[in-house]
This record gives sequence, C-alpha cells and structure tokens, in this order.
Amino acid sequence: MIKSYKLRRGLANTFIYILLAVLGLIWIFPLVWLVLHSFRVDPAGGVPAAAVDHLFPTLEELGFDNYVGLFKDTMFLRWFGNTFFIAVICCIISTLSVLVVAYAFSRLRFKSRKPLINVGMIMGMFPGFMTMIALYYILKMMGLDQTLLGLILCYSAGSGLGYLVMKGYLDTIPHALDEAATIDGANQFQVFYKIILPMAKPMIIYQILTSFIGPWCDFILVRLIMQDNVDNYTVSRGLWMWTEQEYVANGYFRYFLSGAVVVSIPITALFLYMQKYYVEGVTAGGVKG
Amino acid sequence: MKYIDYMQLNPLERFWYKFKEFFKNLPATLKAFFCAVGKAIKNFALKFAKGVKDFAVGFAQGDIITKLSYFIMGLGNATRGQVIKGIIFFTIEVAYIAFMVFFGGAYLSQFFTLEAATHYETISGGRGGASQKLVYDTYSNQILIYGILAIMATIAFVAVYLASTKSARKCEEIKKAGKKPATFIEEIKELLDSKFHITLLSVPVILICVFVLLPLIFMILMAFTNYDDKNYFSFQWVGFANFAEIFSGSTTGGASMGYTFGNIVLWTLIWAIAATFSNYILGMVVALMINKKGIKLKKLWRTLFVMTIAVPQFVTLLLVSQMIGSSPDSPLNLIISMFTGAPSQFDVQTPLYDGWIARAVVIIINIWIGIPYTILMTTGILMNIPEDLYESARIDGAGPVKSFTKITLPYMLFVTTPHLITTFIGNVNNFNVIYLLTGGGPKTNDYKYGAGKTDLLITLLYKLSVDQQKYGLGAAIGILVFIVCATLSLITFNMTKSAKDEEAFS
Repeated sequence: MIKSYKLRRGLANTFIYILLAVLGLIWIFPLVWLVLHSFRVDPAGGVPAAAVDHLFPTLEELGFDNYVGLFKDTMFLRWFGNTFFIAVICCIISTLSVLVVAYAFSRLRFKSRKPLINVGMIMGMFPGFMTMIALYYILKMMGLDQTLLGLILCYSAGSGLGYLVMKGYLDTIPHALDEAATIDGANQFQVFYKIILPMAKPMIIYQILTSFIGPWCDFILVRLIMQDNVDNYTVSRGLWMWTEQEYVANGYFRYFLSGAVVVSIPITALFLYMQKYYVEGVTAGGVKG
Repeated sequence: MKYIDYMQLNPLERFWYKFKEFFKNLPATLKAFFCAVGKAIKNFALKFAKGVKDFAVGFAQGDIITKLSYFIMGLGNATRGQVIKGIIFFTIEVAYIAFMVFFGGAYLSQFFTLEAATHYETISGGRGGASQKLVYDTYSNQILIYGILAIMATIAFVAVYLASTKSARKCEEIKKAGKKPATFIEEIKELLDSKFHITLLSVPVILICVFVLLPLIFMILMAFTNYDDKNYFSFQWVGFANFAEIFSGSTTGGASMGYTFGNIVLWTLIWAIAATFSNYILGMVVALMINKKGIKLKKLWRTLFVMTIAVPQFVTLLLVSQMIGSSPDSPLNLIISMFTGAPSQFDVQTPLYDGWIARAVVIIINIWIGIPYTILMTTGILMNIPEDLYESARIDGAGPVKSFTKITLPYMLFVTTPHLITTFIGNVNNFNVIYLLTGGGPKTNDYKYGAGKTDLLITLLYKLSVDQQKYGLGAAIGILVFIVCATLSLITFNMTKSAKDEEAFS
C-alpha cells in the first residue's frame, strides 16, 4: 500500500495519461492511415498498387499525384459542386421551415395546434427508409428523378417535421417578451421577426449547420434517386462508388482516399465549430427528465 | 405505488415500472381510448350535423347569389366586393374539376382493384406472322399513388368548398347588415397577425403532405398488396398476407421467413442493447478520465476523440470496412501478421462460429464510433456532479470503481435516461454501421432473401425493398418496426417532464 496520497495520485494520473494516449492512438489511427495513404504515390510514376505490404507508406512513396489527379482526371470537382449547391439550398429551406413550424407550435395558439403536433410526432417515428421507394416514384412521375432539384426536395421537404428541438428551445424564451411587444403595438409577424429570431440565434446556427452537413453525409437516398446518372452524384455517392470492386481494381481507391480527405476538411471544421451547439441540441428537452 | 416510492427508484427501475404499468394499464388505456374515440365521433357527428344544417339552411335562406355560389364557388364573394377572393375560389374549383376529369378520376375508379389496365397489341412481322403482345396502359403503383393523391386532393377540395359557402353566407349577412365585407388587403393583413399560423404553416404542411405523408400512406397501403418482382406491373390487395408470411414457419426454398425474422429480431435486440450500453458506459469512463483533476491538455484529448465523428460517417465507415478487409494486405491482417510473424488472411465475415465474429467486430467498431458522442454528451453533465460527493466517498474509503458505480452511474442514469432510450431506438435503426461495414454478411442459407447474420431489421427492410424487390413484405416489416419504436418513444416521451410542462418556462 502506497501511503503518500500525492504519490498515489501521481501514479494514477500517469496511468490515465498512458491509457488516454493508447486510446487516442487507436481512435486516430484510421484517420492517420487515411491521410498518409492519400499522399501515397508510385515512385516510378505509375498507378500505385491498391494494396501494400507495409502499414504506412515510406517517405519516397509520398507525393501529391492523387490530389492532382482527383481534380484533373475525375468528376470529383463536379460532385463537390453538386453537393455544395444542394447543401446550400437545403440549408435555407430546412432552416426556414423548421423555424417557422417550431415558432407556430411554440408561440401561437390556434385550434388545430395539438392535433398537428401529435400527427407530426407520429409521422416522425416511421423509419425514413419506408418512404424512400415511394419518394422515388413520386419524383419519377414529376419527371424529377435523377435531378438535383428532386434530391433537394427529398432532403428539405420533410424537414419541417424536425421541429421538436427548436420548439423546446423557443419554449424557454419567456412569453412576457411577446406580450410586452404586443402591448407596444407589434403584430405577430413583428414579434417573430424582431424578438424571437434574434433570441433563438444559437439554435438557428445549430439548425443551419446540421442541415448543411446532412447532404454531405447521405448516400442511400442519392443512390436510389440518381441511379446511374454519374453527372448528378454527390460526393458521398461518388466516393462510395469508388470503393466498389471494379473501381478498386482500376486504381480508384487512391482517389477515394484523397477525395475523402478533401471532403472531410470542411465538414470536420464545421463540426468542431458547432460542437457546443450540438450538445445543446441533443440534450434540449431531454435533460429535464 | 405512491409517488414517493416511485421517486426513490433508479431510472432503469422507473422505466421498467413504467413499462409494466403500460401493459397493466393497457386494457384501461384501450377502453379510455375507445371511449375517447367514441366521444370524438359523437362530437364530430354533432358538429357535422350542425355543419350540414348550416349548409342546408344557408342554402334555403340565402338569396339567389348565395344559392348560385353553392355551385359556382366564389360568386357570392365576387359580387359583394371581395373580387380577388372570389376569383381565387373559382380558380380552385375549376382546377379541381379539371384534375378529376382529365387525370385523378380514372385512377380513383381503379383504386379498389389496383388491377393494371392492359390490352393486347398485335405486332406484325417475324416469320410466324402477327403475334400478340401484352401492353400496360397503367401500372398498379401509378394507380395506387395517383389514387391517394386524388383522395387527398378531394379532402382538401371539400374543405375549401365548405369554407367558400360559409364565406358566401357571411358576405350576404354583412351586406344585409349594411356593412362592407373586409377587403383583400385587410385579409392579407390579418394573415400576418391573428391568422399568422396559416401563413407560417401552409408551405411546410403542403411540402410535408406531398413528400412525407403521401409516400408514407403509399408504403403503408403497399404492405397490404402483393407488390413484388413477380407482380411488378400489376398487383392486387391481399389483406394481411404479408404479415402472415413474416410469422409463417413454412419453408420455401430451404429457409422460412418466420425463422429469418425471429433470428433477426433477436440479433437486432442484442445489437441495440450491446451497442447502447457499451458506448454509454465506456464513453463515460473515458470522459471521466479526461475530466479528472490534474489531467492536463483536456482540450487536446477531447479533440482527438471528437475528430472521428467530425469526419463524415460514410468516410470513416467505408474506410474501416476497407481496413478490415480479408485480403492479406489490409491493415487488419498486416497488424495481425506483425504480431504472429506469419502472413495472415483473417476474414471478418467468416461463416465459422455462426457469424459471431462479424457480430463482435461490428459491436467493437461501433464502440469506436459511439464513444466520442457519449464524451460530447456527458462532459457537461459530469462536471455538474457535486465534487463533495466524491470527496466524502473517498474519505469513506471508496475506490475509483466503487465511486463510479455508486455515484457517477446512478447520477448519470437519472439525468440521461431519455437520451439513453432515444439512442437505443437509434441503434435499432442503425443502418449505416451495419450496411457499410458488413453489408449484413456473412450470408447464410438458413435465412431467406439473402439476409445475413449481422442484418438488422432495418437493413433487412432495405434489402427486401431495394435489392429483392419484395416491396409488400418490406413495407410490412417497416410497419412492425414502427410499432415497436413508437411504443418505446411514447413511453419515454411520457416520462420526460418537458412533454407535460410545456409552458413551465413561460
């Protein structure tokens, strides 16, 4: 038994440092592997073999060819543009509709309010997968399948249903503010625009970021809606395609690696920035339990 | 059980208690539900009767213009000063009639059989002379979807029609009283104030109706049809046959659907419990280690873990699925051979051990993905646990393990049970991890429809409806998943105070 409390704590902390370092290494290992291998080229100038017999590339194997090729020889830039376009439009539509629905449910009192809230909750409980096939048919009948507009509609049309978190946040803004404004002669629109909007800013930022990141990460819906229209793929669908057997055999895996790094940089930065909002969003309404 | 007893239970016991109560009260709940439904029907009937009376009396007592506006919508408004409103009503009527005549009506009439309309076309040519060819004029899925659309349009139209007759009657009354009906501008202004909810909700509600509700009804109805690859163009209503097949033990083609379904449900439960709790507890341990007093570089450690979830999930998952590949050059096999010294060709998806290797690997990789989320989630709450609790425990001689199980865990469970249950439901529906890592494999002949040992219900649903084209069966499974998840969510939702004290803060 070690008597000295200080020594014991020192030992415990050393142990924790070691454990954290080992765990941290395990956690970061795949990402390091990804980045290092995205720089791996064939020193002889050809296509590097898909597989290597050593874990990390050696120094003379490093180069920028994969990145140059990614932008010059593949459709990556176009996919990136598609995704960016979709994400921006979706972000605007989703944020607006979530805000508007949450505000109406949280602040306004009207006859059909409770039934609408309940219907919305029940609809949100169906697995999203169920509607995918039907969505595809609807888009096909509208002539919007395999188009960017169709995909935008799919991503953002139903976003009004995600009002719960925002509503929870708006519920915490005191009603006295609205009343004061109403007494001063503001109508409901002015209350919404001049009082609630500025106060809900953190939640709106969270909403904007999540709906912007959404289209970058989805690949199932894109696969179904775009079918084999490669021109209109988003990055995630394109990168997924490059991990299929025949593409890996043709040396596309290196482009998957470099493409993944290029996509991850902005998304990672955004996520790290919105961390604190993320926690607020997830725990809102739940913690009070 | 009294309230005070209930308050003393820990959250898991509370959940269990609620769960038991839910089923114990089920008969009473059902009775109350049907009573409420009966009352609602009665109220609705009364309201309906009153509406019909108003409708009829308004027609009988109205002047000729009001009478006419029962047939030509908006006439009453247009002739009494509300020109634009009248025109809008009239346009809606024309649009609806045109829609039904030229488009919706035909589909609606076929809706009850779903039988696709076909005819034979004679194709001349070839050596055998003319031959008959089956040509589809409509497809069953078109009939189904346009039929639903027509029904939805009709309901919307009836609502507008009733509103228009009411508006016509009101116009007449106002005119009789010698006043002027509200102008269009005034009504628009009202939309920004007392009727602001209509302005706000109309666009989202229409979008949701078309892109969520319509597909949802389509899929629910699809569960009652025999829509699959064999009946791709023309299918019929089959009642509950799909649900019967899910639970049937009959073996066609070597495997029964009942056996497949039962085993996949079992694995889904094991997976959801293992994934949820391993992430929860291990994540909390790591978070505690990072936040321990005297540990420096807290921010660095946290960022190190959070990096893995900041990178888009499809990137990390695709990457990891490549890394655990079966080729001798995959990183996993390279690492194994580094330890053993011999080239290794370990395949995660080995059919040996009944697929349990793949299952264990999926759970372990899910820990890798999930722990950062728990760290993010719990750090703030862990900091809120009063420090003196730990201090007094230490004085009483409790070690770190004991103070974790006796202080941290109960406290955390108390605060985060609702979150835990949402995570559980999220794991039941965790498509990405399974589909991208193993694709549901290793495949087995014991299971029907190409399902594998790591398939969850949700990936089975995907495989059935996208790969196997058994749309009816897939939709039926979707409905079952919905019932389970909705029950769990409702119980959770009732447990959280935020649902009841909606206005607690105001």
